[in-house]
Amino acid sequence: MEAKRELLDVLCTNARTETADLARQTGLSEDEVETAIADLEGEGTIRGYQAIVDWEAVDEDHARAAVELNVTLDRETGYAEVSERLAKFPEVSSLHLVSGNYDFLMIVEAGSVRKISRFVSEKVAPVPEVTQTVTHFVMETYKEGGIGMNGGDDDDRLSVSP
Amino acid sequence: MVLVRTSERIGRVPPSGIRKFFELAEEREDVISLGVGEPDFSAPWAARDAAIASLERGRTSYTANRGMYDLREAIADHCAERYDLRYDPDEEILVTTGVSEGVDVALRALVDPGDRVAMVDPSYVSYRPGVLLADGEPLPVRTRENEHFRLTYEALDRAGASEADLLILCYPNNPTGAVMHEEHLEPVAEFCREHDLRVLSDEIYADLTYSGEHTSIATLDGMRERTIVFNGFSKAYAMTGLRLGYALGPAEGIGAMNRIHQYSMLSAPTTAQHAALEALVSCDDDVEEMVSAFNRRRRFVLSRFSEMGLDCFEAQGAFYVFPEVPGDDEAFAEGLLEDQGVAVVPGSVFGEAGEGHLRVSYASGLPQLKEAMNRLEAFLA
Repeated sequence: MEAKRELLDVLCTNARTETADLARQTGLSEDEVETAIADLEGEGTIRGYQAIVDWEAVDEDHARAAVELNVTLDRETGYAEVSERLAKFPEVSSLHLVSGNYDFLMIVEAGSVRKISRFVSEKVAPVPEVTQTVTHFVMETYKEGGIGMNGGDDDDRLSVSP
Repeated sequence: MVLVRTSERIGRVPPSGIRKFFELAEEREDVISLGVGEPDFSAPWAARDAAIASLERGRTSYTANRGMYDLREAIADHCAERYDLRYDPDEEILVTTGVSEGVDVALRALVDPGDRVAMVDPSYVSYRPGVLLADGEPLPVRTRENEHFRLTYEALDRAGASEADLLILCYPNNPTGAVMHEEHLEPVAEFCREHDLRVLSDEIYADLTYSGEHTSIATLDGMRERTIVFNGFSKAYAMTGLRLGYALGPAEGIGAMNRIHQYSMLSAPTTAQHAALEALVSCDDDVEEMVSAFNRRRRFVLSRFSEMGLDCFEAQGAFYVFPEVPGDDEAFAEGLLEDQGVAVVPGSVFGEAGEGHLRVSYASGLPQLKEAMNRLEAFLA
């Protein structure tokens, strides 16, 4: 378990770390690394691998919003059913059930602010269980997936020190 | 005409070998430096926040000479729990401006002119000048790679340390990364007891021990009364710039050190003391995370050396490895810097026993380490 935990730590920092480098860092053989990763994928601990992208560098219209959702439930419909329906929308990049003043926090991404507005009003709001939506457009992203988005990590240490 | 005549004492202290490599490295722009003796992480946020809060509240006065009582108490609790070192915060703990100041005042407080001070060779660059500045006579005790750079009874005997007055230990060791566990320290303690040596034990890298638990020599039979232990916040808490260390020892020794400290430093920086207190109280998880990262990098670098065919014993502590290199280590390090832009420190800087080695720090991110290892491989080809 310790070794798997170490592999996960490294992969969370850089999912493209080569098997040979993973082996060097963890002290496992390359075969053991591959087996452990296959296990982690198979058991659903690792759900996928994605790049952390600064979309504004590619498309300045790209927009993102955090949407608060309140829902009402009945005997037939729980959070699981509602979340299943919402998660199917491709615009939804993440969806969490949260504590506090609202039920779901939904991160939505689309090619423009207008597209997000239309998605929320035309696709999300009409879902029968949804009683309220509050949309917060993301104005700037400073950190994403544990990675800073503001350029270089300057190393101001002396180049040689005792 | 020279208006400022300098002391004879200062003439005995040679310029730092590290300085030369620093200057060479500064001349180039594309340097990847593996010559750094400090973590690449920042101090844990809670510690930084405590420092900021102390400033906001205007806590900018001197503290007690020995350090804030709360901090000394927290140090006492921490060392008792972590290392089984039990000291009285009233009389047996001194908070210093880094371990460097602690070692300096200890040498000045404990060494008489002509006293012989045995020290592990290779080890941290400041011990020898510190002894010279205290008018003592350095006595290097060679450690060997085939003995995992551990100090042994026989090595002390061979070096004539039975005539020494004091022994400086540094484990986990800078620059070799060697560690000494209880079974290795016991014969050294025996030698010290037999020949009545006092011990300065620099344990600043104690938390960065990757195999087994750190053991302090002061916990062995008959050693507490003859040992001053040093530790601090620079390495494990990534607080090098805050300059905060501490010394633990019998009341007479700590009292003597405080007599110098109270005139030279008055007290360690107040802001840093607040940060240190918070670090002890709430930053264990941060330390654990940093130590895990260092350990992964250690394995990576050792593994790459092995693939390159560079002999390197398996360092188990600090954040250095100490590979053997062909030919003169200084020429090798200069060539590596000039040809490939990789800065490392020649082993001979740390004493004669370090000749033929390099000190390679892995306190850098994996991408830098990976690139540096590729460049080293190209240099060796």
